[in-house]
Amino acid sequence: MAEVVLSGLSKSFGNKIAVADIDMRIDDGSFVVLLGPTGAGKTTTLRLISGLEKADAGTVSIKGRIVDHDTPAMRDVAMVFQQYSLYPHLTVRDNLAFPLRSPILKTPKKEIEEKIAQVAEVLRIKDKLDNRATELSGGEMQRVSIGRALVRDPTIYLMDEPLSSLDARLRADLRIELKRIQADLGATLLYVTHDQIEAMTMATHVGVLQDGRLVQFGSPRDVYERPNSIDVAGRLGLPRINILPADLFPATRGKGHRIGLRPEHIRFGDGQPALVKRIEHLGDQIRVHLEIEGHALVCLQPRLRSLSVGERIGVQPIDPLFFDENGNRRA
Amino acid sequence: MSHSITDATLRQKTIAGTLVILYASITMVPLLWIFMTGFKTPPDSISYPPKIVYQPSLEGYVNLFTTRTRVSPEKLAELPPPKNFAEEIVRNREMVIAGPSKFGERFLNSIIIGFGSTFLSIFLGTLAAYAFSRFSIPLADDLLFFILSTRMMPPIAVAIPIFLMYRQLGLSDTHLGMILLYTAVNISLAVWLLKGFIDEIPREYEEAALIDGYTRFQAFYKVVLPQAATGIASTAIFCLIFAWNEYAFAVLLTSGTAQTAPPFIPTIIGVGGLDWPAVAAGATLFLLPVMIFTVMLRKHLLRGITFGAVRK
Repeated sequence: MAEVVLSGLSKSFGNKIAVADIDMRIDDGSFVVLLGPTGAGKTTTLRLISGLEKADAGTVSIKGRIVDHDTPAMRDVAMVFQQYSLYPHLTVRDNLAFPLRSPILKTPKKEIEEKIAQVAEVLRIKDKLDNRATELSGGEMQRVSIGRALVRDPTIYLMDEPLSSLDARLRADLRIELKRIQADLGATLLYVTHDQIEAMTMATHVGVLQDGRLVQFGSPRDVYERPNSIDVAGRLGLPRINILPADLFPATRGKGHRIGLRPEHIRFGDGQPALVKRIEHLGDQIRVHLEIEGHALVCLQPRLRSLSVGERIGVQPIDPLFFDENGNRRA
Repeated sequence: MSHSITDATLRQKTIAGTLVILYASITMVPLLWIFMTGFKTPPDSISYPPKIVYQPSLEGYVNLFTTRTRVSPEKLAELPPPKNFAEEIVRNREMVIAGPSKFGERFLNSIIIGFGSTFLSIFLGTLAAYAFSRFSIPLADDLLFFILSTRMMPPIAVAIPIFLMYRQLGLSDTHLGMILLYTAVNISLAVWLLKGFIDEIPREYEEAALIDGYTRFQAFYKVVLPQAATGIASTAIFCLIFAWNEYAFAVLLTSGTAQTAPPFIPTIIGVGGLDWPAVAAGATLFLLPVMIFTVMLRKHLLRGITFGAVRK
């Protein structure tokens, strides 16, 4: 395992800028999650680190050594692809053994078998080892593809939405498993996801990408509580942060252009009258859709009070986030 | 059983099957006729009306593999008794075996040149197709068009320049010359067919192999080649069929050392009168290698022809 440092990393495809001037430091043993909308450059960043793409400018260094001219094999990184990319002509066992048999690792047979058994146990694909890779379901393929990375002990694991096509239960289990592997082995991970729960629960650091730029990098809590901008604020938190004009409430008037209200920033009782438009029962939480002077507001139902549609209730912000005209947060 | 609009009913299957068998029988008649003629005696082979039921004989095959000389009946009587069935057949026609014919050699030439050029076409074609499919090559489209354009005229149209060139280079009537020539004709087909197959193999597999610690060539060898096997097999069959059956260039450019079977077989007619059984025997044996090769690869061939039509 090793630290990975990106400096001034840029990459364009034709006219389209995929990654623009990214500086990032992934410390040894950290679990960095990249968040961002589709096309923000998350996957390209992984590919640049792995060496599958050549940067237009900037450098990647692994273990303090600049690797820009190294082949992917020389960089010793493991990658889980979004499209699984299992070798269709091989069995699951051979797929898992493939990286271990590479001319670089040349692992002894016995060790390969042990590793495969161990990984198959963790990923629950033991009974599928002799199946052809093409005879698996989507979720099984995804697990084999994670397994193909986990059999190795690379400088860094790069994972591109590795849990996206698993069912909820398996996803929750594997989330814990991945986190455990990272903690036990001290592995360094760079992980792309759309799933906020994955980001919040596994990450030691979160990087938010927007149009190829790294707009914020910090601990999940930091990014959640002190987002740089409205866009970043919207990346974390469920229900999504509510963005309202600052003038809406007397308490926030004049302190910014707009305010961001997360559910915990809302107190019911006194304050601006709001109309309950809709109530969603999600099981573990109940979401309440409110309307204040034509602005929609989504929050959680207060624990001690049950609301009903058509009811009016007073709403007051506590410690909201303030944003200026450009959507940047005011300190 | 539930009714399905996509599965054929028994009646539809029967009609389709009957039509296919009927068509196959019609196309098989000439082949069957050649096969049968190979086992007739020369008089039977030209008898009228044609004989369907006859006494089978190996005379055609014996004549195909031997050269014979006529001897007077007195001399024939002085000879020791025939050592094998071949000598016996020949003596019945008042002849003795003078030596082996050239058929074996010509057949071997066909095998060397046919399989040699097929191997070379596939080898070069796969590498070129991979490069065109995966790397950004300057003027790739123009190059591909140029490669295809070599097929836009019948190869024999350039026979005279090639004849002169080969004479200058000392390639006339050599195995190497014929292998190179057939490879040149087949390579455009090979590049285009194989490029189609390799295009269908997602790049992600190679990328995964690169990450897994392999070089690009190893990724090509271990990941791309096994998946291109179907395409390679069907392309190989097409290349072999062309090189194996090619007649015009073989007549023009070979006469002795490197002569292939197609120009040789017709010359059998002239050796000892109209020896149709020997010609038919030669044609039957000539059909075998391509047939065996095709049957061996038929699984790939069928998959290859429908490749890409159905999303997997």
